[in-house]
Amino acid sequence: MATEFSFPDSAAKAAKVPAGLVEGTEFQTEKMSLSMGPSHPSTHGVLRLQMELDGEILTKCDPVLGYLHRGDEKIAENMTYNQFVPYTDRLDYLAPLANNMAYAIAVERLAKLEVPARCQAIRVITAEMARISAHLMGLGAFGLDVGAWSVLLYSLHEREKLYKLFEELTGARFTTSYTRIGGVTRDVPEGWLGRVNAFCDQFLPILEETLTLLTRNKIFMDRTVGIGVISKADALAYGLTGPNLRGSGVPLDLRKDKPYSGYEQYEFDVPVGSKGDCYDRYLVRGEEMRQSVRIIKQVIAKFPDGPWYATDAKRIFAPPKDKVLTSMEELIQNFMIVTEGPQMPPGEVYFEAENPKGILGFYVVSKGGGVPWRLKIRSPSFCNLSILPKICTGCLISDVVSILGSLDFVMGECDR
Amino acid sequence: MASGNESTSTTATELPLAFLRGKGLAATERASSDHPAVDVPLGEVVVALGHLKSEQGFDMLMDLTAIDWAEGASPRFTVVYHLYSTTRNVYVRVAANCASDTEPSAPSVVSLWPGANWHERECFDLMGVKFVGHPDLRRILMWDEYPYHPLRKDFPLAGIETALPDADVTAETGTRVLSAPMAGGPFVATSGEINLTEAEPRAKDESWADRRPRPDQEGLKQVRE
Amino acid sequence: MVTANTELGYNSKVEGDVVVTRADAVINWIRTNSMWPMPMGLACCAIELMAVGGARFDIARFGAEVMRFSPRQADCMIVAGTVTYKMAAHLRRIYDQMCAPKWVIAMGACASTGGMYRSYATLQGVDRIVPVDVYVSGCPPRPEALLDALIKLQNKVKREPATHHLFSSDAPPHGVQS
Repeated sequence: MATEFSFPDSAAKAAKVPAGLVEGTEFQTEKMSLSMGPSHPSTHGVLRLQMELDGEILTKCDPVLGYLHRGDEKIAENMTYNQFVPYTDRLDYLAPLANNMAYAIAVERLAKLEVPARCQAIRVITAEMARISAHLMGLGAFGLDVGAWSVLLYSLHEREKLYKLFEELTGARFTTSYTRIGGVTRDVPEGWLGRVNAFCDQFLPILEETLTLLTRNKIFMDRTVGIGVISKADALAYGLTGPNLRGSGVPLDLRKDKPYSGYEQYEFDVPVGSKGDCYDRYLVRGEEMRQSVRIIKQVIAKFPDGPWYATDAKRIFAPPKDKVLTSMEELIQNFMIVTEGPQMPPGEVYFEAENPKGILGFYVVSKGGGVPWRLKIRSPSFCNLSILPKICTGCLISDVVSILGSLDFVMGECDR
Repeated sequence: MASGNESTSTTATELPLAFLRGKGLAATERASSDHPAVDVPLGEVVVALGHLKSEQGFDMLMDLTAIDWAEGASPRFTVVYHLYSTTRNVYVRVAANCASDTEPSAPSVVSLWPGANWHERECFDLMGVKFVGHPDLRRILMWDEYPYHPLRKDFPLAGIETALPDADVTAETGTRVLSAPMAGGPFVATSGEINLTEAEPRAKDESWADRRPRPDQEGLKQVRE
Repeated sequence: MVTANTELGYNSKVEGDVVVTRADAVINWIRTNSMWPMPMGLACCAIELMAVGGARFDIARFGAEVMRFSPRQADCMIVAGTVTYKMAAHLRRIYDQMCAPKWVIAMGACASTGGMYRSYATLQGVDRIVPVDVYVSGCPPRPEALLDALIKLQNKVKREPATHHLFSSDAPPHGVQS
């Protein structure tokens, strides 16, 4: 039942030439079927576009997904809630900390559990750092796609600094598995907040410099302005979210509209685009990084004291190691949670968080106990890509590269 | 923009249900731990979602999925829609049970939201729910010739032996799609037991090969022997 | 110390402008220090693969910074990420398109064994599809680990009988020579 593509058929083409036309007076072209990907530098992983071309113009575009379908949802049904945290790292592997947080909050909503203010603040800082890191990568890859190699090197360099901070906090560069249901794995190390603050201070001028490489760059603008325009109505109808939706002028940002994890305490602006083209989506990402820095600075300025995990959730959060090793009660508590998983009531929740790529949703169906009955992951990249057949049809093949770069998707999350 | 505070969500709790009833639809309340949720009969899904979209401002279809309520359960498959209103900042969950437990199908909502296209293809691919009226219903994540629907509860996590999508590569490398080695796992504990021996995690029962026929029973016997 | 395997290096003070060495050694020297990788970036590991190309880790120090997405121009396929059954055939096809001699690094747990993805969709180790020279542990491996794998591969290449098939009647082995 695959999409039908017309293949070059010179005999049929010749038969179509009008009788009066002398051969050779008018250039006759044939449609060409071209597969881009699944191993192609500008498909950011393993997306494949099956395209039909008339000269350089796309007449049809059929994205083929699933080259990174690893069965995350099935895996989730077979393990306890905490055991699934590492798999959330590998959904959008550019912003694992944001995924960790979204998943943890979804399950906490199911348990009707509120985490303390300090835990929320830690999660907000890490999520915003993840946003910066993800947007930097998106920016670098976008630049690379349209021929600006240096942007990638600039952004990789900043990402290394972020990785160093992540590593200090979580022990891993980017597969962090940092949250647990009801808290985080450990408190922030001493002096870490100061180092994050220092990173933010030095990052802003570098960000400006990096953005200057592209923002008024003639080549970049020629490749992106007016290309891949997505109207407001289309963006909503196809379920686009994140910078791609805001680039089209819809100010939907769940951090503002449906605040979670204490986002309502922080001041930040939601940038929106005016035309919905590739350039607008790029500008929105650039501005979001500045806003993320602003949020991080606010969180650090009023970083709350107190417990960093839900201390009363005895059947959900395994206590820290020092307590497990010194107290019998906590040892048993730890044993129960490790063996049975965090105990959840029956019910179903749907929670969405504003992730760098868009809105990441977790639909958890529980029949009670420590294992989810069904876990559906609403992945932003999947929805964002679903508009491709619409916006790619009729554009030049070189524009496809710009459009893919501006949509900034991650296949790990798209295919799950 | 207004924040999604408590007052808006409590007024919205009754709204979708009362609204759909007011439209003459046989909607019933659905148990939910967070957002307002309604059950509607399968035949009225498109109408109900259409009303919610046009009159209640639910302009985004956030998610579309299906749940398999265990093998042998009836109704076995439930299709679930999550809508979001960008103007009112509220969610609603609409669910509909599929009539058939073996050949589930549901009406397609691509006419309301073009974005439902891929969601329905995914749901068909992984759950085997056929969406009637879908313009192009084919697999999206697994390859076209894949014979199973992996998210169904009777499908084992490890997978079932089958052919690779590409015959050339099979011929060259001799590789097929094999069951993943589970090493006795995945390990799952029964909950709520204070008796530690009982609470010890055990391998989840996937011994369907012994107790009941496997989808490709003949093929499996040959592989095992 | 001179052993059977020691390469006779170039020392201009002793030899002037003349280098005397074994053909194996000089071919392997060239292959070792200009190994062009084919970055088979499939999943998370691809991000670390990019980090290796960045300023801090700088794979250019080992002569392998020329990432070629065209298999015809690449010597060493770095399989970075989870290989699904759907992707496996494409991966094999790309491997077949690479010109011999060619090598494969399985980067990370997923490429080596399937890793944490023990599920219906994931190929349990890329060595079922292509021959692998070096396996790198880690999920994902740190950039240093990938550099270590590259050095290990270079050491392996240095010891290969590169000219063996020129002088023997055996057909050159498909892909990896050893």
